[in-house]
Amino acid sequence: MKKRQFHPALMRGEIVLSAKNVSKIYGSTHALKGVNFDIRRGEVTTLFGENGAGKSTLMKILSGVITPSSGEILLNGEVKVFHSATDARDHGISIIHQELNLAPNMNVRDNIFIGREIMKYGGVDFAEEARITRYLMKSLEEDIDPLTLVENLRLGQQQIVEIARALSVNSQILIMDEPTSALSAVEVEVLFQVIRDLTSHGVAIVYISHHLEEALEITDRAVVLRDGVMTAYARRDEIDLDWIVRNMVGESFDLGSPPSGYDFGEAAMSVKALTVKGKAGIRLVDNLSLDVRAGEIVCIYGLMGAGRTELMECVAGRLRQSSGEIHLEKSDVSGLSIAERIASGLALVPEDRQRDGLVQTMTVGENLTLASIRRFVRGLMLSTSKEKALIDESIRNVTVKTVGGEAAIGSLSGGNQQKVVIGKMLATHPKVILLDEPSRGIDIGAKAEVFRLLAENARQGLAVVYSTSEVGECLSIAHRIVVMSKGRISAMFDSSVSKERIMAASGESLVE
Amino acid sequence: MTDRTQQLAVPARPAKSIIGTGKSMSLARLLLEGRAFFALLVIIAVFSLMSPHYFSGANFLTMASHVAIFGLPAIGMLLVILNGGIDLSVGSTLGLAGVCAGYMMQGINLEALGVVLYLPVWAVAILTLVVGALVGLVNGVLIAWCRVPAFVATLGSLYVARGIALLMTNGLTYNKLSGSETLGNTGFDWLGFNRIFNVPVGVLILGVTALVCGYLLSRTSFGRWLYASGGNERAAELSGVPVKHVKISVYVLSGICAAMAGLVLSSQLTSSGPTAGTTYELTAIAAVVIGGAALTGGRGNVRGTLLGAFVIGFLSDGLVIIGVSAYWQTVFTGAVIVLAVLLNTLQYGRSRR
Repeated sequence: MKKRQFHPALMRGEIVLSAKNVSKIYGSTHALKGVNFDIRRGEVTTLFGENGAGKSTLMKILSGVITPSSGEILLNGEVKVFHSATDARDHGISIIHQELNLAPNMNVRDNIFIGREIMKYGGVDFAEEARITRYLMKSLEEDIDPLTLVENLRLGQQQIVEIARALSVNSQILIMDEPTSALSAVEVEVLFQVIRDLTSHGVAIVYISHHLEEALEITDRAVVLRDGVMTAYARRDEIDLDWIVRNMVGESFDLGSPPSGYDFGEAAMSVKALTVKGKAGIRLVDNLSLDVRAGEIVCIYGLMGAGRTELMECVAGRLRQSSGEIHLEKSDVSGLSIAERIASGLALVPEDRQRDGLVQTMTVGENLTLASIRRFVRGLMLSTSKEKALIDESIRNVTVKTVGGEAAIGSLSGGNQQKVVIGKMLATHPKVILLDEPSRGIDIGAKAEVFRLLAENARQGLAVVYSTSEVGECLSIAHRIVVMSKGRISAMFDSSVSKERIMAASGESLVE
Repeated sequence: MTDRTQQLAVPARPAKSIIGTGKSMSLARLLLEGRAFFALLVIIAVFSLMSPHYFSGANFLTMASHVAIFGLPAIGMLLVILNGGIDLSVGSTLGLAGVCAGYMMQGINLEALGVVLYLPVWAVAILTLVVGALVGLVNGVLIAWCRVPAFVATLGSLYVARGIALLMTNGLTYNKLSGSETLGNTGFDWLGFNRIFNVPVGVLILGVTALVCGYLLSRTSFGRWLYASGGNERAAELSGVPVKHVKISVYVLSGICAAMAGLVLSSQLTSSGPTAGTTYELTAIAAVVIGGAALTGGRGNVRGTLLGAFVIGFLSDGLVIIGVSAYWQTVFTGAVIVLAVLLNTLQYGRSRR
């Protein structure tokens, strides 16, 4: 095993990497605004922030994946520009990504040494690679054979392989983006032991996590980002859980309040004992029941892996349930196809609008009318005039800012693209609309408009169910807040609940 | 996350709408988008200068009837490519269709009943189209339901259909396709030789098919579904588009187009051989690509494909007229295809990181 670099001259606490006034702009979105951030040797610095706050962007800049729009990165006091992640890695900065970067068709040993194969005369030295892999697995206290194919490993084990790969590189700075999201409590303890071991050797660790209590256990310093700005920077002994939440969430922009002054109607959507199974029989949605009435707005809060997306996709018809029923008003829609469910009045606005929501080769107008073609078909023919009327109506309804229906969908900002997807589903005149993270990746102004739109439609009798991983959004227009964790509903609140109670119920604490 | 969503946003450039026409911004843009048309003009100009025989109405019509042979499968291929797939079996389907037509025209020997059946020509034509549709159906079901990759499934059909044609004819050619008065099945050569208003019937069929498909693509819900599934199948499915039905339908339509071409070819030759149509699938793909369709799906139209077919046809026949070796045709066609794809990439662009 390579010896870890140990420079006696370096002291724990010395600044190894600095971000000075780093900003990143994408089109009209400021992902990061003038962030100043120091990383010290031998310390764990944790980065807190909600989704969209800019954590991943900042980490990608520090690890060389992207370059800042302005500002500088200083490594050991010198200004450095990284041309690629490999360049950064050669300078001693490694990152363990939140989305695993493993090749599922290859085995553990090959994945760990991918791009840095150990060579000997005659080719790759597989034996040496396997030996090192076994050593790494041993230090992570995991019993994984180096020749196991990654796709046959549990998600938690895959995460361990990702960690092992970063450890094998021997960096001076190790960035870990949500390394524990799929790990069990025992595995987390082992990881923390490894982290303590690394820091005692002078490695600087940057840790990102939504599991606040867990992060507090291991961290030496805390940095909080909110909307691309660093709002707080303190040492461990100065902070507690409340401090983190307060700085993360702050004064939320007024995203509205639950619409009132009308009665809810009959049950519009009824989910009974729904179970959705994933690979290896894991229950992504576990015996879940939920009723939503016409005019009611329900918010589903949960972390990654809670099962929100699987629940919505199953109700919409994309995923098959293994047991349970789905009812729309009085009729059972469990066996219907996606198209049939839309025709019955059940619509889904998916999480990933680029992958699942928009057809990039079509115009704004064509995207808007895609789900309601039957409304402007005359016999066999499409009526251009009726379609135009529908497009104009939709653009007005959801206030899409666009040059016109003929514009390419790619010319719109993220927020307006999201409005197009929502407009497309609203044009089908649904009775129930499901929205999976509708505010992801859009600016605060567009967020407010989307919520206002949903509230207005609810007032007219639409049942709205939206999911989010941002606590502030739960307390906007929702009449009811449902918290999901590990495929089940762990709590249900009305709109008067506090943010802390919501976060506690989602399993953000370490207690299993 | 914010970054990924933003990174995937395509740079602002007004796209050519499928409904209306796009806004051309500059001469370069105009040339790029109309490249098939300008290429055709250039080809006609060059060959007219090099040979006095090229630029005449009679020659154009003759060349056009050649174009019809692979232009028809090209239109079917356009539908498949718009859906993001590929159909390698059209050449074999063309041959099989011709062979089936020939088989039916020769007289179907029903030994059990002691009778030889001579079908009227219109019945032969319809049954031949059914054969093409069946091949397409097999392709479509394999690809849409069994999830076999399009390349593999249609490659398999290519071999199987060709094999069936060879088995049916034992390697020989059916050449008694003119029929006889006493049997009442004359008229097979009508497709190949006759002209209406001096335009060869084959060309008219190509024209009608092009019009029908163009209408299908731009004015029906099927067309909208097709463009949507080709552009982003997941998004289309979640919007209620019956993607599997659309997928199967395009392969069936491609099979029918190939069968039509088989009929036209064997009536032009008044004979049908099992090797007819070999490599025509590649010419069809070339025509679609030269016409500006994207191989990834979701972009393209009939006008472009027709222009692409004419470019290939007029180029090949022009080379023959000026006396260039037939082998040069394959070199030129290949070069034109690669150039066309390069220009396609330029037009549709790739979003920068």
